Amino acid sequence: MTAYFENYLFVAAFALLGAVLVLVMLGVASILRPNKPTAAKKLTYECGVDPVGEGWSQTYVRYYVFGLLFVIFDVEAAFIFPWAIMAEELGMFGLVAIIIFMLTLVEGLFYAIKKGVLRWE
Amino acid sequence: MSPWLALAIWLLVVATIIPVMGMAIGYAEMKISAHMQSRIGPYFAGGRFGWAQLIADGVKFFQKEDLVPDNADRPVFKMAPVLVMVGTVGLFVVIPFGPGLTPQNLDLGIFYALAISSIGTIGVLMAGWSSGNKYSLIGGLRAAGQLIAYELPLVLAVVGVVILAGTMSLDGIVQAQISWFSEAGWAWGMPFVIVQAVGLGVFFIASLAELSRIPFDMPIAESELVMGYLTEYSGFRFLFFFLAEFANMFTLSAIAATLFLGGYWVPGVPDSILQFVGPLVLLGKIALFVFVSIWLRWTFPRFREDQLQTLAWKWLVPISLANIIVTGILKVVI
Repeated sequence: MTAYFENYLFVAAFALLGAVLVLVMLGVASILRPNKPTAAKKLTYECGVDPVGEGWSQTYVRYYVFGLLFVIFDVEAAFIFPWAIMAEELGMFGLVAIIIFMLTLVEGLFYAIKKGVLRWE
Repeated sequence: MSPWLALAIWLLVVATIIPVMGMAIGYAEMKISAHMQSRIGPYFAGGRFGWAQLIADGVKFFQKEDLVPDNADRPVFKMAPVLVMVGTVGLFVVIPFGPGLTPQNLDLGIFYALAISSIGTIGVLMAGWSSGNKYSLIGGLRAAGQLIAYELPLVLAVVGVVILAGTMSLDGIVQAQISWFSEAGWAWGMPFVIVQAVGLGVFFIASLAELSRIPFDMPIAESELVMGYLTEYSGFRFLFFFLAEFANMFTLSAIAATLFLGGYWVPGVPDSILQFVGPLVLLGKIALFVFVSIWLRWTFPRFREDQLQTLAWKWLVPISLANIIVTGILKVVI
């Protein structure tokens, strides 16, 4: 068996274990637990009073800006790792290049902050 | 040993570690919190010190009804705990418990760990959206905003260690700490915390936020959102979210210990002995991190949502970027 295959065999098996753990335990519990659903039990919980409107009401998703920022920086992080491993071999050239690369992105972050993305009113 | 046998043994070990460590950390949290507030905490279950309290709680969950609200999106609602658990168990693949005692020493190591740990985020978002409950929806959105904001400092704090070690394999990083001074002929290694104290600080704060622990527990803030994305969950499905939280505390502490404190290694002990005491050493270092995070829980009040984002974007990200540059200069120039 090649090492490559063995690596991913373990990853797949562990991921499967996570799912199996949940499903087996739920299966055992489903034999032991009572099951008497009533209309009141299946109502959405809103601190005891009857629920008002729908659960999926319109929400202001103000986090989408952070989502955009995150995508940019996450790609940056993915680019930094290859350099980080080879930092010593690449020497001065790699260091200067990565500093320029990071400063470019920090400029973007600075722009977003100045634009008031992080200010909540 | 054939890989299949090794795989079977590791699966068994991990399937035991998760509930046992979950209960141990849960018990520690109850007891330590109690003593920090001049209470006694669990006392009766099991005879002395209430040691069986968490086992009793676990058994109780077996008898609880599994309610799915009429309003919920059933398949998504039922899938969410599975996804959270997959992310948690997947993390165990790369943790080195001793020399040669890693389930699978991936070359991508730390990169894989960071990637798989964010699968749980999708589970949380699924739970929040599918419940069909206003509290859950707000809690799920908060969780998503928080987890992506702190994912970055978490990833960037690791880069400093990768620069020093020159590898992403977790076992390789431990070896790099052991043999740091071997060129100079010293037998003593160096835990990376000495030069990466900033990295450890950022990593620890970010991992607290990833775990949604106080002071970063806005997604489940019980005084404003009931229980956030957990509001509609009951019985075993609820238990799995809880178990995953404690198991994630264990794994993230293990990774922090491996990256910054030398993992299973203690100075001056040869490999032949480390093979046996290594897991215990790692456990001790994990206990240190777990204790500090419980301690912080009773020290700080909850952040406000915008303060949280400010802390991540204005402080932690720039600090960790500066840390990378400084570490890079040190590595290249010296």
